[in-house]
Amino acid sequence: MDGILFLIFAVVAVLCGINVVVQTHPISSAISLIGVMGSLAVLYLLLGAEFLAVAQVIVYAGAVMVLFVFVIMLLNAGAEARKGRSFMVQLLGVPLLVALLGLLAYFVQRLFPQTVLVQFGKFTGGGAREVGRALFTTYLLPFEVTSVLILIAILGAIVLARKELE
Amino acid sequence: MEFIVISLIKAAVVLAVLLTTLAYLQWVERKVIAHIQVRPGPYRVGPHGLLQPLADVIKLITKEDLMPPHASKLLFVAAPFISVTTALISISVIPFGPAITVAGHRTWMQLTDLSMGVLFVLAVSSMGVYGIALAGWASNNKYALLGGLRSSAQMISYELPQSLAIASPLLLSNTLSLRELVESQSATGSVLSWNILHGPFPQIFSFVIFLISAFAETNRIPFDLPEAENELVAGFHTEYSSMKFASFFMAEYANMITVSAMAVLLFLGGWVAPWPAAYGSGLVPTLLFAAAGVIALSHGLRPARRRDRYSLPVFGIVFLAIAVLFLLPVVQGWLLPLFWFLAKTGALLFTFIWVRGTLPRFRYDQLMGFAWKFLFPIAVVNLLVTGLLVAWFS
Repeated sequence: MDGILFLIFAVVAVLCGINVVVQTHPISSAISLIGVMGSLAVLYLLLGAEFLAVAQVIVYAGAVMVLFVFVIMLLNAGAEARKGRSFMVQLLGVPLLVALLGLLAYFVQRLFPQTVLVQFGKFTGGGAREVGRALFTTYLLPFEVTSVLILIAILGAIVLARKELE
Repeated sequence: MEFIVISLIKAAVVLAVLLTTLAYLQWVERKVIAHIQVRPGPYRVGPHGLLQPLADVIKLITKEDLMPPHASKLLFVAAPFISVTTALISISVIPFGPAITVAGHRTWMQLTDLSMGVLFVLAVSSMGVYGIALAGWASNNKYALLGGLRSSAQMISYELPQSLAIASPLLLSNTLSLRELVESQSATGSVLSWNILHGPFPQIFSFVIFLISAFAETNRIPFDLPEAENELVAGFHTEYSSMKFASFFMAEYANMITVSAMAVLLFLGGWVAPWPAAYGSGLVPTLLFAAAGVIALSHGLRPARRRDRYSLPVFGIVFLAIAVLFLLPVVQGWLLPLFWFLAKTGALLFTFIWVRGTLPRFRYDQLMGFAWKFLFPIAVVNLLVTGLLVAWFS
């Protein structure tokens, strides 16, 4: 059952991911991206990381992507025109893609040997309590530094917007 | 096998009751608004307009379904589906009462209990924005687009104070499961252990913040800017007709029910009675329904309109029968918690309608300023104080 669900949502995630690039209209791409986020959330859930799954939906599918769609609607961005592909792209596109995929597969194979297998339902430390404890004990410094980083980014955005206004 | 059968029966019952409630909430709203404005409201279709929802459904189904030219077809059709689906999904984690035993099978009055119940409802409701935003975008209409934009901006803004207001009672109850949330508030079996009054820091402020944000999240007056008819025709659903239009309305009412149920579970003790049964809280529903029955009967004896001569005595007898039903010890075990849960949810739903009949609409800049400059800082301070006091006293 878990294996079947994994296959379904892995395929959906990959198809939606390809669709993000293939679609010409920004809103179709954004909706495909929501599909990717949603399938990833299901994959997290299958692996037992329930808090991560819900956080993925709330933060990425719910908040970040709503802002994407909002900005696309606000700018009223139209469909992009398809231009003719250059000679280099036509000639080298597919071979380079195959080479990249092969390289990635090779490194994944090397870094994660076959002895460590994923087992559905074995990981149980994905609840809110465990994640919260890990964030405030083991990973306290990275967690706080990340929040400061986000604060700096927000301040930067405000400064840039101010300059625009003046 | 037994689990699947029980779950299917429960899902069928909940769905049937929810859809009927959705239809009749519309009737209740029209009646209450009408009485606030001193007019009778729907009165022609059935006794006291009770068959009006049925007539509305038939009207909406048989209406022509229009599709505007140059609209994005797929998204135009998908948007109402997204709205209504996300609105209906949340009910699957809402508990209506404690565990009950029916014909030897012990089961909870809830479709499913998630350890992440509260977050699940938040996640599903955050997906509901897409229905409205995409409807506005796909309609190929300026008014619809502006309505969709306003609504997504408003829902993103008010989600923040709402989430912060939800977080504070969670600190007191120390759980994310909606069922355990209610169990943590049933310590003394009275109003004093509800999160809204429970120490170390009563969550009255969070409750008010939650309720205000809930009005904005469900696009209700005074925050119904997305469909302000004097500026935007009908906002995001300008181009929608027939059942697609009805789906948006169903979604709005389903969201109202979910958000009221969430407020009851988070702050008002769920199905816990306001005072212990030892002091007679079990008699309240009987007395209420008996009083309603007696009033209906006495009005039926001196009818103001000719039709009331038959309808009011029937209502009176039905109410008296319900009053007697609450006295039977066989059903009391599950009927009383259900009564308290529905009574609290109903009271909040009435507040929604009451506010609609009372308050004017905000201006758009006021709406945004209120969320970011007033509600959000207060919610943050409230959460900090709650966290500090919980840490201090534990």
